[in-house]
Amino acid sequence: MTGRPAGPVAGPAAGDAVEEWGTDEISVHYQRRLALDKITLRAAAGQVTAVVGGDGAGKTTLLRCLAGALAPASGLVRRPAARQIGYLSASSGTYPDLTAAENLDFRASAYGLSAAQARARSGDLLDRAGLGDARNRLAGQLSGGMRQKLGVIAAMLASPRLLVLDEPTTGVDPVSRSGLWWLIAGAAAAGCAVVLATTYLDDAERAATVLALDDGRELAAGTPDQIIGAVPGTLRGLTGRPPEADEQRAWRRGGRWRVWDPPQSAGGPGEAIQPDLQDAVTVAALARELGLPGSTR
Amino acid sequence: MPMWAMIVKEFRQLRRDRRTLAMMIAMPVLLLVVLGYAASFDVSSISVAAAGPQAAAVAARLPRPFDVISTQAAQGRPWAQDQLRDGKAVVAVVTGGARPVVLIDGTQLFAARAALTALTSRLAQPAQAQPAQAQPAQAQAAQAQAGQAQLTQAQPAQAQAGQAQAGQAQPAQAQAGQPVPGADLAALFTAAPEVHILYNPELTTSDIMIPGLAGVVLVFIGTIITSLGVVRERQSGTLEQLAVMPLRVRDVFLGKIVPYFVVAAADLAIVLVVGVAIFGVPFRGSLPVFGLGALLFLFVTLGIGVLISSVSQNQGQAIQLAVMTLLPQVLLSGLIFPLSSIVAGVRWIAYLLPLTYFNEISRGVMLRAEPIGALWQPFAFLTLLGAVIVTLASLRFRRYLAPARARRAA
Repeated sequence: MTGRPAGPVAGPAAGDAVEEWGTDEISVHYQRRLALDKITLRAAAGQVTAVVGGDGAGKTTLLRCLAGALAPASGLVRRPAARQIGYLSASSGTYPDLTAAENLDFRASAYGLSAAQARARSGDLLDRAGLGDARNRLAGQLSGGMRQKLGVIAAMLASPRLLVLDEPTTGVDPVSRSGLWWLIAGAAAAGCAVVLATTYLDDAERAATVLALDDGRELAAGTPDQIIGAVPGTLRGLTGRPPEADEQRAWRRGGRWRVWDPPQSAGGPGEAIQPDLQDAVTVAALARELGLPGSTR
Repeated sequence: MPMWAMIVKEFRQLRRDRRTLAMMIAMPVLLLVVLGYAASFDVSSISVAAAGPQAAAVAARLPRPFDVISTQAAQGRPWAQDQLRDGKAVVAVVTGGARPVVLIDGTQLFAARAALTALTSRLAQPAQAQPAQAQPAQAQAAQAQAGQAQLTQAQPAQAQAGQAQAGQAQPAQAQAGQPVPGADLAALFTAAPEVHILYNPELTTSDIMIPGLAGVVLVFIGTIITSLGVVRERQSGTLEQLAVMPLRVRDVFLGKIVPYFVVAAADLAIVLVVGVAIFGVPFRGSLPVFGLGALLFLFVTLGIGVLISSVSQNQGQAIQLAVMTLLPQVLLSGLIFPLSSIVAGVRWIAYLLPLTYFNEISRGVMLRAEPIGALWQPFAFLTLLGAVIVTLASLRFRRYLAPARARRAA
């Protein structure tokens, strides 16, 4: 499973007011399967960009290309030098047989931090992540949430200009998720461009911009408001099961059903509701599946 | 039926793990064939160097299994002894004195025993009872008893200044009494020869095995442990993390190898000290030459470990492959079976194995005080093997770490 030889990589355009990293129309093949099809991603400094999509949508592949772990078959990747990239892979990327502090020591040393810088930065991040008391515990003995937090602060340790996080909140309890978001938002506030992949659309709603992927292709892109505002047609909410004619365009959310009516369709029972990001992405996926006009791009 | 479900599941998993399946089916056949040809202590050819005025006569008349590879009429015992020390011959015959002198390299255990047996029995028996062209296997069988008896009769070692030789064996003379007219050797050696076993006068097995076993220990540490260390990175997902970190491929490669290198070097030192202190194995040669050979050998074995890990998806596969490289090294490197006894169709494998060359170096330096000049071939082959294996390992390693390097132009 390897990417084909290099797509070109460029630094930020000279004179750009805001540093921006990302990809321009990159494609990746895994053997014969097209894993990414001309995907463009923008990641501005000081902002969080979320990449959303279901399993196998291409989120991890895109982030691996952006971080430099995989080379796209074609297209352009814009990223800073390796020393200025922080990356959390789909696993926590930490060594289970090293303590939390030893994991951070290794990162600090590999990124060329001085001993004093490493000590200060590690201590600060461990405390902010609530891992101060776990610094001498083996990473393999930490809970899933704690290990994810350790992975995130390890990626943040060298104060990168681009922080790439692959599903940092997956499998993490709500309290830990909140803590992780606090760390991530802090990095963005410090001027870092953060790109994270997530399957949770409520996580994505906190991001400045969102890129939704489906089967390696772009489904929707923009700010959450832009994506929501671009939903074509109308959305109905039903308490009971929708009629058979609507079933192809219906999905269950919580205890209620939602039905999407494309533009110029007759509509049906139920009350009109305002879509949120989750509805908008679902509509975009439905529209593509049914061959109806609905892409929000 | 729950057990049936379990059986079906196992078969499905086994079918997907083709490497294990191939090993389970192919390995027994492969082992049987290779071992069948390799597992032999029979010595069909004993290389001989002859010196002195009658060197040519010796060369012309020495019967099988002796195989005269060089004759030097103008040379004497020092030259003959150098031929043994440098591993060029197993037996050296020095003529021109009152009695011919036969020197035998005791580090070539089986060849030395075969030589001793052949010498003694041929001197002891009339020609008509001992055809010159007797088949080696038959000769061996017929002489086994006699050879064993001679070995036990061998005199204890007699230390000679500056030399690791002695162990004068007199059984030939004692048994033969007056040479029998008409016997091959008896006719050649008008007086019963002095037989000296050099370097390992008692023909002690531990003296031969321990220098080689030191190599086996290094293969264990070098190959198995290293292959696990790297594949563990992949399984835990940290190898990808390394790929995007500001580390060069050689940083990761050497960073992985160096700790194992240090541990294995310490292991080697311990094995040597134990071998010398407990088993009384002599160390007669140059420590720096031995150290250089050991470091080179370690580098190759660690390279094999990294190469294995780079083609393995998990630790199970890595161990399978490591064992597959370990087994032929133990069986075919000359550690147990003499290389000359291995059928040529299988013997070529031995020359692809680093332990074969380490054996030559360690036995040569430790037991025969062989100088580095005489060991240039094993050193050269080890270097070549090291270059090939480390290059392959680096290239494989680069496949995982390079995407982050080659394409990062910013």
